Amino acid sequence: MTMRVAVTVNGTEYARDVEPRLLLIHFIRDELGLTGSHWGCDTSNCGSCVVWLDRKPVKACTVLAAMADGRIVRTVEDLERDGRLDPVQQGFVACHGLQCGFCTSGMMMTARWLLDRNPDPDEAEIREAISGQICRCTGYENIVRSVRWAAQNPGNPEHPAETL
Amino acid sequence: MLYMQVPAHVEYERATSVDHALALLSRPDTRVLAGGHSLIPMMKLRLAQPEMLVDINGLAELSSIKLDAGQLRIGALARHADLLDSALAGRHFPIFHDAERVVADPIVRLWGTVGGSLCQADPSEDLSAAFAATHATAVIRGQDGDREVPIREFHLGPYQTVIAQGELLAEVRVPVAGPAKGGSGSAYEKVARRVGDWSVAAAGAVLRLDGKPGGNTVIAQAGIGLTAVGAEHFVAAEAEEYLRGRAPDDESFAAAGRIAAEHCHPVADQRGPEDYKRHLVAELTARALRRAAGRAALAAGRAGRKK
Ligand SMILES: Cc1cc2nc3c(=O)[nH]c(=O)nc-3n(C[C@H](O)[C@H](O)[C@H](O)COP(=O)(O)OP(=O)(O)OC[C@H]3O[C@@H](n4cnc5c(N)ncnc54)[C@H](O)[C@@H]3O)c2cc1C
Ligand code: FES
Ligand code: FES
Repeated sequence: MTMRVAVTVNGTEYARDVEPRLLLIHFIRDELGLTGSHWGCDTSNCGSCVVWLDRKPVKACTVLAAMADGRIVRTVEDLERDGRLDPVQQGFVACHGLQCGFCTSGMMMTARWLLDRNPDPDEAEIREAISGQICRCTGYENIVRSVRWAAQNPGNPEHPAETL
Repeated sequence: MLYMQVPAHVEYERATSVDHALALLSRPDTRVLAGGHSLIPMMKLRLAQPEMLVDINGLAELSSIKLDAGQLRIGALARHADLLDSALAGRHFPIFHDAERVVADPIVRLWGTVGGSLCQADPSEDLSAAFAATHATAVIRGQDGDREVPIREFHLGPYQTVIAQGELLAEVRVPVAGPAKGGSGSAYEKVARRVGDWSVAAAGAVLRLDGKPGGNTVIAQAGIGLTAVGAEHFVAAEAEEYLRGRAPDDESFAAAGRIAAEHCHPVADQRGPEDYKRHLVAELTARALRRAAGRAALAAGRAGRKK
């Protein structure tokens, strides 16, 4: 038994017939082929699956695709616009914010959300924001530095969350 | 594609109104789907296997937090983050802000709901203890209307509540008592093994203090909630009883902590042995009471007591 699920992902509407039990992370990766969002612990503990659902980060292994029907999803693929990296991405490049890269998309989606709400977070606020996410390479120092870099180099935020 | 953990087959309906949700819930084997942050993990593990899910996420009428007729009314669909962000809730009951700061992590708190926490009835749920301490009331809605159940009678045991088939939790009401002569205050103290984890043990306290002719204050009413330690209905009733009429000082609080530790029923597990958990209950109960009393003193416009 399937149901029609229509989701606007990164500005494009996709409709697929899927089982109601399908998790949002699998919908994004396998139905849509957007594999930037990762699937790690499967138990809502690591945050490598974090995407935005209706403008708020969510662990996509812990919600159903059906719950996103008619809603808006944003994934890491949308951070880059017109060949321009988001300041968060630039920060991860500048500060060596990733090693294997497995946690990176989730970390960046949470960081973007944090900076949209609080453009100048201090180290404690950054650590708090990513406290539900695990970097298996343990590169937390550089992740925090990367987010601070993005805060200090906001560039020209062409696509603040409100306009998505 | 092979997945590690997926729920079993299930039907899905999105409720468009509370009445619609209630009609759908009258079918056997249906479950409310709120944030899904407890239910979906349970379904992955086959600890829950409903035939149909009724998604209530669209029901904005269930998500407000407001003050009305002397009660703080918290909609069942209010997210943990909403309660944490609510200045109104924080002003009247700092215990909720203390507790919400240590429930899960900031991302989970954006989706998990107050109602889902209470209905999940996990023996380690933080809000169950916080609401027990505040003497809250659950408002349960069915097709025949609302019924009110004191939160201290809401949980029947692990993963079991008084909510029947065809009903849902609509809101939680917390009585905001009029200004107490000696002030009132509340606090929550939790110990977890790591940030964002479930409690090894936690205690919440609500104090109402009364002035005495001599200028001393006494405890008019104490509410103490405990979680993760097998306290009946998440309450430390004997410790509450002990405190009534006593001075709000360290000695009373330490004794109340000892009584709470004696009367709960922790079990040894991967989070620690029984005696350690009892030790935590004694210490966290005393700390929560101390902080609640400090806030009460501030609320009464007095100089804070010395720590
Ligand atoms: C990684 C992680 C860490 C966590 N850490 C903590 C923690 O430290 N402390 C803590 O207290 N909790 C913790 N939680 C649990 C979290 O608080 C709950 O998952 C969440 O609040 C449950 O709410 P929900 O809206 O997601 O409920 P759901 O998962 O949607 O529902 C849970 C249950 O309640 C029922 N239900 C939900 N809403 C209603 C309603 N209105 N009426 C009737 N029945 C209803 C559902 O049918 C289901 O049986 C953690 C969860 C995760 C994923
Ligand atoms: S895969 Fe979703 S939190 Fe780890
Ligand atoms: S960079 Fe490897 S998990 Fe974070």
